[in-house]
Amino acid sequence: MNKALVSINNVKYKYPGQEVYALSNISFDIFEGEWLAIVGHNGSGKSTLAKLLNGLQFPEEGTIFVDDLKLNEDTVWDVRKKIGMVFQNPDNQFVGTTVKDDVAFGLENHGIPRETMVERVEDSLKKVKMESFLDQEPHHLSGGQKQRVAIAGILALRPDIIILDEATSMLDPRGREEVLETVRKLKNEARITVISITHDLEEAAKADRIIVMNKGELFREGIPEEIFQMEEELIKLGLDIPFPVKMNKQLRQRGIQVSKHYLTEEELVAELWTSYLKT
Amino acid sequence: MDILLKDVEYRYQANTPFERLAITDVTIDIPAGTYMALIGHTGSGKSTVLQHLNALLKPTSGTVKIGDREIIANRKEKNLKSIRQKVGIVFQFPEHQLFEETVEKDICFGPMNFGVSEAVSKERAKACIQQVGLTEDILQKSPFELSGGQMRRVAIAGVLAMEPSVLVLDEPTAGLDPRGRKEIMDMFYNLHKERNLSTVLVTHSMEDASQYADQILVMHRGQVLKRGTAEEIFSEPKDLIELGLDVPEVVRFQLKFENTFQTKFKKICLTTEQITDEVAAFLKGRDS
Repeated sequence: MNKALVSINNVKYKYPGQEVYALSNISFDIFEGEWLAIVGHNGSGKSTLAKLLNGLQFPEEGTIFVDDLKLNEDTVWDVRKKIGMVFQNPDNQFVGTTVKDDVAFGLENHGIPRETMVERVEDSLKKVKMESFLDQEPHHLSGGQKQRVAIAGILALRPDIIILDEATSMLDPRGREEVLETVRKLKNEARITVISITHDLEEAAKADRIIVMNKGELFREGIPEEIFQMEEELIKLGLDIPFPVKMNKQLRQRGIQVSKHYLTEEELVAELWTSYLKT
Repeated sequence: MDILLKDVEYRYQANTPFERLAITDVTIDIPAGTYMALIGHTGSGKSTVLQHLNALLKPTSGTVKIGDREIIANRKEKNLKSIRQKVGIVFQFPEHQLFEETVEKDICFGPMNFGVSEAVSKERAKACIQQVGLTEDILQKSPFELSGGQMRRVAIAGVLAMEPSVLVLDEPTAGLDPRGRKEIMDMFYNLHKERNLSTVLVTHSMEDASQYADQILVMHRGQVLKRGTAEEIFSEPKDLIELGLDVPEVVRFQLKFENTFQTKFKKICLTTEQITDEVAAFLKGRDS
């Protein structure tokens, strides 16, 4: 097992002026190099959790360690060097007047030398396929394009951990796949740990591990196969199950046995083909 | 109310060095009562088309007919208010536009702006808040103490309170959880039927397009590529895939199944039930 890069212990949090806890009794680890998907209904505490990880809010009780550093007001700037966060709405995170200035913004803040900066700006824009937009102004970009620039801004800072807070929910399918593919590549090649808060079940199905949040509590933790076996339970939580799992279920109802839960269409078709040949 | 776009072209920042052609040669008719889905990838011109539907943008060439009003390129248009009242747009993340002290005031803002009395507006607020699945007690709250999902519904209620005859929805479920998404989409569908609205849905979700719309229009590079029913559009899935567009999961599965089993089902399936029936029949057919 890889080392626990982030360790969350008995964390409780409520927003000022609210009576209900946004998070209560949250404990889990995030391991180096993994892709962790966090799913849950709107208001289940997913985004609050992300804010706590990045020191945008501090827990009322409990502790968070990032790379052995206890997260508090003194260490928050060191922790933020390790964690890059991409938010949902691109318009709220575009700060530069041009694409390349926007990507350079974070680098400037971190005092990166100019030469390295130019290189990293171009390199990260290439990774999100926005290199031909270097001098474009934000209002000329679509929402999806802006989001890819935001992701480039994070990539340029070479963090250990990237948190995607529904970062692909506004992209079209090809844009979404490109971004996820980029992040996947970063995870594999640069061993970046990915925490993805998402409603996209296909994406969650490809994660190494899933955490299901419900009403501010950690409902279940497991690998995708285990999580999606919950079927009805997930639907009751306001979530859904991936299409291949739905198909499995309906095939079973029509008397066609499928040996296990398949999470991708390819696997399911392959299984049907194998059993077709056998009989 | 019928809407007709005829040979519409739109250039952003026309006659400046920054001029950029966004849509060209766009002809679309949306007869009253149609539920049309507009699909196409980022930058294909969907949003530009959408903004022509209530004259937020005026064509740089061609004409837009909204009801009996005609918007012609290069002509000064006055009093577009009535168009804006009849064509309600729910923008992406409409909750960002909430601004009033209370939910009630926020919902009443639109109708009162169009000259509806305060008393009638309040009545509408009551009715609309229920239509979007919230309760009346929320009316006196500040919109900013609500959850994201509730704020989205309040913003939608604000558009409904204007009693539009055309509803334009730009990715109305972005960021919602699966249940919220289904509830909102079902709500729009019911409104579409009950109020006999025309609905134009801009979406990346091929599932939503195939499930709710009577007509699907595919935009590509600022032009209308094709138009048809879900069956027609998704019967030629390869064209869409080549354009980098998605097809519904069910269609994708059917293609993979047909490919592996070297078979072809009679028609394209659009629901999980249909595809499971076909697959089950195929697999059992061989046994018997």
